[in-house]
Amino acid sequence: MEPTNIKDPEYFHKVVDCQYACPAHTPVPHYIRLIAAERYSEAYMVNWESNVFPGVLGRTCDRPCEPACRRVRVEEKPVAICRLKRVAADNKGDVKQYMPQGPFAPNGKKIALIGAGPAALTVARDLAPLGYELHIYDELPKGGGMMRSQIPSFRLPMEVLDEEVNFILDLGIHQHFNTYVSSMREVLSKDYDAIFVGTGAPRGRALTDLPGYEEVKANVHVGIDWLSSVAFEHTEKIGRRVLVLGGGNTAMDCCRTSRRLGGEEVKVVVRSPFAEMKASPWEIEDAQREGIPFYNNHVPKAFVAENGKLCGMTFTKVEPVVDENGKRKMVPTGEPDVFFEADDVLVAIGQENSFPWIERDLGLDFDRWDLPVLDPVTHQSTLPNVFFGGDAAFGPKNVITAVAHGHQAAVSIDIFCTGKNLHKDRPDPMTNLVSQKMGIHEWSYHSQVTDDHRFAVPHADNALALKDRKLEVELGFDPATGFKEAQRCLNCDIQTVFSESLCIECDACVDICPTDCITFTVNGEEEDLRTRLSAPANNLTQDLYVSDVLKTGRVMLKDENVCLHCGLCAERCPTAAWDMKKYLYSVTKAGHQCFSEL
Amino acid sequence: MSFIRPVFRHPESPKNDLGYTRQYYEGALSTLCAGCGHDSISGAIIQACFELNIEPHRVAKLSGIGCSSKTPAYYLGNSHGFNSVHGRMPSVTTGASLANRKLLYLGVSGDGDTASIGMGQFVHVIRRNLNMVYIVMNNGCYGLTKGQDSATADFGSINKSGSANLFQNIDLVGLALELGATFVGRSFSGDKGHLVPMIKAAMAHNGFAFIDVISPCVTFNNNVGSTKSYDYVRAHMEATSAIDLVPEKEEITTSYAEGSTKLIEMHDHSMIELHKLAEGWDPTDQHSAVQKLQESRNKGEILTGLIYVDTESKDLHDLIETVPQPLNTLTEQDLCPGSGTLERINGEFR
Ligand SMILES: Cc1cc2nc3c(=O)[nH]c(=O)nc-3n(C[C@H](O)[C@H](O)[C@H](O)COP(=O)(O)OP(=O)(O)OC[C@H]3O[C@@H](n4cnc5c(N)ncnc54)[C@H](O)[C@@H]3O)c2cc1C
Ligand SMILES: Cc1ncc(C[n+]2csc(CCOP(=O)(O)OP(=O)(O)O)c2C)c(N)n1
Ligand code: SF4
Ligand code: SF4
Ligand code: SF4
Ligand SMILES: [Mg+2]
Repeated sequence: MEPTNIKDPEYFHKVVDCQYACPAHTPVPHYIRLIAAERYSEAYMVNWESNVFPGVLGRTCDRPCEPACRRVRVEEKPVAICRLKRVAADNKGDVKQYMPQGPFAPNGKKIALIGAGPAALTVARDLAPLGYELHIYDELPKGGGMMRSQIPSFRLPMEVLDEEVNFILDLGIHQHFNTYVSSMREVLSKDYDAIFVGTGAPRGRALTDLPGYEEVKANVHVGIDWLSSVAFEHTEKIGRRVLVLGGGNTAMDCCRTSRRLGGEEVKVVVRSPFAEMKASPWEIEDAQREGIPFYNNHVPKAFVAENGKLCGMTFTKVEPVVDENGKRKMVPTGEPDVFFEADDVLVAIGQENSFPWIERDLGLDFDRWDLPVLDPVTHQSTLPNVFFGGDAAFGPKNVITAVAHGHQAAVSIDIFCTGKNLHKDRPDPMTNLVSQKMGIHEWSYHSQVTDDHRFAVPHADNALALKDRKLEVELGFDPATGFKEAQRCLNCDIQTVFSESLCIECDACVDICPTDCITFTVNGEEEDLRTRLSAPANNLTQDLYVSDVLKTGRVMLKDENVCLHCGLCAERCPTAAWDMKKYLYSVTKAGHQCFSEL
Repeated sequence: MSFIRPVFRHPESPKNDLGYTRQYYEGALSTLCAGCGHDSISGAIIQACFELNIEPHRVAKLSGIGCSSKTPAYYLGNSHGFNSVHGRMPSVTTGASLANRKLLYLGVSGDGDTASIGMGQFVHVIRRNLNMVYIVMNNGCYGLTKGQDSATADFGSINKSGSANLFQNIDLVGLALELGATFVGRSFSGDKGHLVPMIKAAMAHNGFAFIDVISPCVTFNNNVGSTKSYDYVRAHMEATSAIDLVPEKEEITTSYAEGSTKLIEMHDHSMIELHKLAEGWDPTDQHSAVQKLQESRNKGEILTGLIYVDTESKDLHDLIETVPQPLNTLTEQDLCPGSGTLERINGEFR
């Protein structure tokens, strides 16, 4: 193998598994250490800089970082990264003083942001300090998009959302709420230098063609519309018996909200087997904790009416069968149909994009799924001054993805407005690699690895929670538990950096490494090397770090897979050929190129 | 500074025939200087015991005084141990072995512990062919007392303070051969590929198995001009052969050309496999071993590898005809068989 190029910004980035998996690449271990040091405001700001909504995300994030956490490769459960973010948000001080302070000197450019969800708000935050005049439009009365209209208050209190939305709006954003944008042609005709579309995926799928629908439709609701009407207090109650159709997160929010609005017998009915449900495991758990039963392998067959009013639904029972092509299909079991009584039905079987307000003759192309044709890196559409992000760009995802899109779109808009090339002139991520050595065997970070298991987040009393739609269920870690949970982090951003010129090949690092990461051997092809290391190196997603040739003709090889970043190799190295260096990777943000031009 | 090793290990750590991973053979976290050769020898001992499927409770590890003699704390945490006084490890081992011949005795010592204060004990334990493995972690200095030249420091070797050694050195390998040691080898802490099979072979030997392991003291004797530094040893090693130990039940599959390989059957029927044999050397012929050692000394080389082995060796217990079972298991009945037996014995002298 060739010696590893550790100057490639992605090499060490990949070692920080959680950060790499985070769509916005939040420097997770960096803020976790700040939490352990009780420096909550700084921890909050590290998050704010990269994911814009730490308080929201600390409660609601889909947390792709957690399954990626290195900890699951050496023990059962990942670090509670998401809930630690909330610890920072809950305990922060006055953070506004650390944020950019307007008014900002205008740069003469004017941008329209359509939709005020997390994607558009991120664009606004990134561009405002650069002097852009930003106009944000939303048909809803307040900013936040689906964070406000969909995510129920028992998961995300309004005050938390308001605070973080206002941090952005207070940067001097021109707000046009209660304003539905009905024509892109009209927007284009105004004097905007660029337009960002962050209108989300607003259409919930319905079951209008199921037999009996027409007669009972007054009691059949599209899940996301119903949740939004609850959020804006247009709907305050639901029938005693509720059926929620669907197995995703929207279904979980629908059933739990129903329980709080008078639904006593709430059932979730799902087509697929339990194990294949799309909802996050923790959302399913929360619904189950509230006494909501799940009926899997049931396919909706018909709505049933009594005296012209909904009285229930029939379902066909199915089972998964693997056909001769190895494909899994749901096949009727032949059992009699199942009937469930219901006063109301909530349909939560998926969401779609919909752009009825964008005329199709503007040169803005859509693909065959009716999604805009975009450059995946720059988010630019086929109309050069129009950019997309969030659910509107590549279909429904989640808040953190919307934020990540927002950053990239802001970078593009900024480059576009300065007349540069969106690809060639795109700035690199900011990286920084600094030794953490404080003394002969002293590091600036807590290198000892704790064997504590993941701590559980406490919950509000069920009886109380079910009475009040707005009572937050999860209570968050108290600072003491937050500290202990923070200590579980393995500090994967503190990199083991090897200098071949200093190595005397004494084997001390090989002997001490608890997880057998290090091997000195003769070089070869990667496939062959992976079979010759101190321990099996079967995780092909994790790189081998290869040094240049050493005095004895061998090379140093380190399998990054289960390195605990404990620093023992560096402590036991007599010549400091190993050093523990903190790697900070910060995603390209709008305005960064100013620095690179200096 | 870390005081404890993390509990996590590689999730796919291999297990040996007993179902143990290498972790089961580890000890406490070393307090020796970073990069000390002795730590590598500890690592090699752990690896050898793991590979040989040794039950840790069947091992007794013993030592004297010195950095080297501290190492038993850092390996085989599940074995018996005795950290004796300076240079007295052989007599303590002798006593232990007499009481219980069923344990595997693993003694480690330093060049100071062996070649200075413990020299008297060393020569006698060889002469008695005690069934043990005796490893000298040889760094040419008294590491623990801050690096004074030891008796194994080569003539002219320059120590950290810059002065050359005025005295002739004691070559423990030569001495052991001279005194009739039945297994003699030399290895280097910086070459585990060589050291691990050497330790395994020594463990398979019945009788006194001596390994002189050159083990650089990074703190006091790894300077330019020292003949016990990593660089010097790497540049001057001359191997008698490559070595491997094949357990009895495993098939031997050599890929080496005929004539360049030698197989030696050990007491426990495992096989020492030697490749790339040095010319004019036969490990089972003491005379050729002495000659080979002298030759490389004259060339300024450090001879490493298996140097001599006597597979027919009779150990102390064989020589003094002790009972097969451990003496500590003998009951009063065994020891005082009654007046009838006494009369019979007395009768034999009449
Ligand atoms: C029930 C439910 C629960 C969810 N829970 C989570 C969760 O826990 N965690 C998570 O990460 N994600 C969750 N999501 C997904 C998440 O809310 C979205 O992925 C995210 O909000 C998308 O952000 P966005 O910026 O693309 O647009 P959105 O948040 O969808 O915002 C788009 C905004 O544009 C406005 N708009 C649309 N068209 C127009 C127009 N023509 N004129 C004016 N305004 C317009 C809308 O009113 C809306 O406010 C959930 C989604 C649903 C449906
Ligand atoms: C009876 C006695 N005399 C002297 C000492 C002091 N002393 C401690 S260690 C040591 C030398 C150790 O040298 P060596 O055996 O080579 O061990 P190393 O530290 O080099 O591994 C001496 C002289 C002692 N502990 N006890
Ligand atoms: S241990 Fe810490 S740094 Fe490593 S992946 Fe998990 S949260 Fe991230
Ligand atoms: S930091 Fe060094 S010693 Fe610790 S696990 Fe990683 S490679 Fe091994
Ligand atoms: S003084 Fe020398 S022998 Fe002792 S621990 Fe340090 S390096 Fe090893
Ligand atoms: Mg010594």
